[in-house]
Amino acid sequence: MTTPLLVGILAGAILSGTSLLYAALGETIGERAGIVNLGLEGILLIGASVGFAVTAATGSAWWGLPAAAAAGAASNLLFGWLVVARRANQLASGLAMMFLGFGVSALVGARWVGAVIVGLPKWRPPLLGTLPWVKSSTLFHYDVLTWLALPVALLLWWVLFRTRWGLRVRAVGESPTATYAAGIDPSALQYQALAAGGALGGVAGAHLSLSLTLTWAEYMTAGRGFIAIALVIFSKWDPLRAVAGALLFGGAEALQLQLQARGVEISPFLLEMSPYVLTLVVLLAWGGSRRLAAPASLGRTFQGVQ
Amino acid sequence: MPEPALAAAVRRSPALRASARYLAVVLAALAVFAAVLLLAGKDPLRAYADTFRDTLADAYGFSELLVRMTPLLLAAVAVALPARLGLINVGGEGQLYMGAWLASAGALLFPRWPAWLLLPLVAMLGFAGGALWAAIPGVLRGLRLVNETIATLLLNYVAPLVVSYSIFGPWRSAESSAYPQSPAFADAARLPSFLDTRIHAGLLVSLAALLFYWLLLEKTRWGVQMRAIGGNPEAAQRLGIPVAVWIVVALAMGGGMAGLAGMGEVMGIHGRLRQGLSPGYGFTGFLIAWLAGGRAMGILLMAFLFAMITSAGDTLQITQGVPYAVVNILLAVILFIVLARRRGWAR
Repeated sequence: MTTPLLVGILAGAILSGTSLLYAALGETIGERAGIVNLGLEGILLIGASVGFAVTAATGSAWWGLPAAAAAGAASNLLFGWLVVARRANQLASGLAMMFLGFGVSALVGARWVGAVIVGLPKWRPPLLGTLPWVKSSTLFHYDVLTWLALPVALLLWWVLFRTRWGLRVRAVGESPTATYAAGIDPSALQYQALAAGGALGGVAGAHLSLSLTLTWAEYMTAGRGFIAIALVIFSKWDPLRAVAGALLFGGAEALQLQLQARGVEISPFLLEMSPYVLTLVVLLAWGGSRRLAAPASLGRTFQGVQ
Repeated sequence: MPEPALAAAVRRSPALRASARYLAVVLAALAVFAAVLLLAGKDPLRAYADTFRDTLADAYGFSELLVRMTPLLLAAVAVALPARLGLINVGGEGQLYMGAWLASAGALLFPRWPAWLLLPLVAMLGFAGGALWAAIPGVLRGLRLVNETIATLLLNYVAPLVVSYSIFGPWRSAESSAYPQSPAFADAARLPSFLDTRIHAGLLVSLAALLFYWLLLEKTRWGVQMRAIGGNPEAAQRLGIPVAVWIVVALAMGGGMAGLAGMGEVMGIHGRLRQGLSPGYGFTGFLIAWLAGGRAMGILLMAFLFAMITSAGDTLQITQGVPYAVVNILLAVILFIVLARRRGWAR
């Protein structure tokens, strides 16, 4: 046995948890502002495809990454225009975004099927590399996005819970009417939150294509956007809990790969179910008393004030 | 100046007005999608002409439209029925898979039964699979534990894994090692098809379900109760309507419809249980029901339109070399136009 099972699982959990975490953080910002985007899967796909296409065309992932973030932000702003300015139904608009993402990513990626790119460079701090079982695993050998995932989560927590802007965003999510009465424009805040969240969603998609696969395949997100939505609920709309949740959900995926690699006879599908089942169990455990968990106005359309 | 006769007729009749609105939306969306195709260096006019030739102007193509409509109608009713109580069922996809799964279980367990016995059993199991799957969120919502939108959404991703588990494990067919699937069902379990097409008896089930939905809501006391709950659950409760029970029943009935769609796919089309039974029929059904405002006639029209769009995807892939998934842009544009119209749509 070259690497201990736990090291393998941890390394895998961090790798697959990275994109889950960015996606969940992005969705958290929007949902804190009262807007649920079921089309997160589509945002990830657009980020992954645009990031890949720009990287392949320019030859550098350092162009692809910001392009993916910009594409994610732009897509989420389009979604925002529907649900904020046009006051459209959030669930239906989210599903429309999902379909848009399927289509746009397939169109953008079509030209690059079969292309292989040089992805984001990976780096391991020299000191950590000397640890005995680290050398033989991918542990601590990460690209910039994985290294920044935890700091970004901390930063987002600080922004949401310790700054004036964060307070306002959360206020909009609880009660747009009260926010409006306090002299703040709810829609401006919602657009800002959606733009930031979309950028993170685009980055989440880019991590898949620019760091994990290094090729383009249609529908490469394979449901991660929905796992991330489950993760947001699981983590009670809290960026720090999302870190733990991303490791747990990513760990389930990693465990499955590790067990397969070691020839253990357990159906991978039972593990694949775990994020959804766990989230449902957590929801059940809160029971009806979802005290202060979900933003009170989540999913509701602000109809304006007369 | 006298109004042209056509414009006057359209203005007077609500049905014509709605049709004109649908038509305008579709034309606008086709124009936007044509621009996208042009940008991608394709020929939109040829693509549209090819699609028309392959669907409406061709007997086999038209039959394929009806094949696609079959699950879409059921998936839309699965959403529209609980929606009358104000319940949001985004779990049609999972319910479809569970219907297919339980129906397959019946077909694999009783391969020697005669068709007159096996077919009704399989259909009932299909309904039951979806209904039980949807009853989970129903009970959770009825007990006020978990919101049904979240629960139905989450269960979508569990159901296909149950199917995968079965066909990689206990039900794996010995004859095909490369491609995991269940053994072929007995002929007695297969839904009869019409002539040389792939249209199967599931289409009749779909139409019957739509008719049932219309009768239930418009012509029965239960429909009145359901709408009362949708309007004001508290008032309904005080009037003595068992709201919690209705929540479970309505979601289960909706789920059963989606389960029938899954049953139709495995018993009518594939003849085996496979992965990837549904290219998102459950989600498309949600959008159809929503676009139709829950009206039976609207569901029929929208299902036809969405079936047409997916056929266009096939044509695009074959004649223009565009990936099939690109047609989702057309779908999204239609939705965007409708969503962007203020003051609600079709309600």
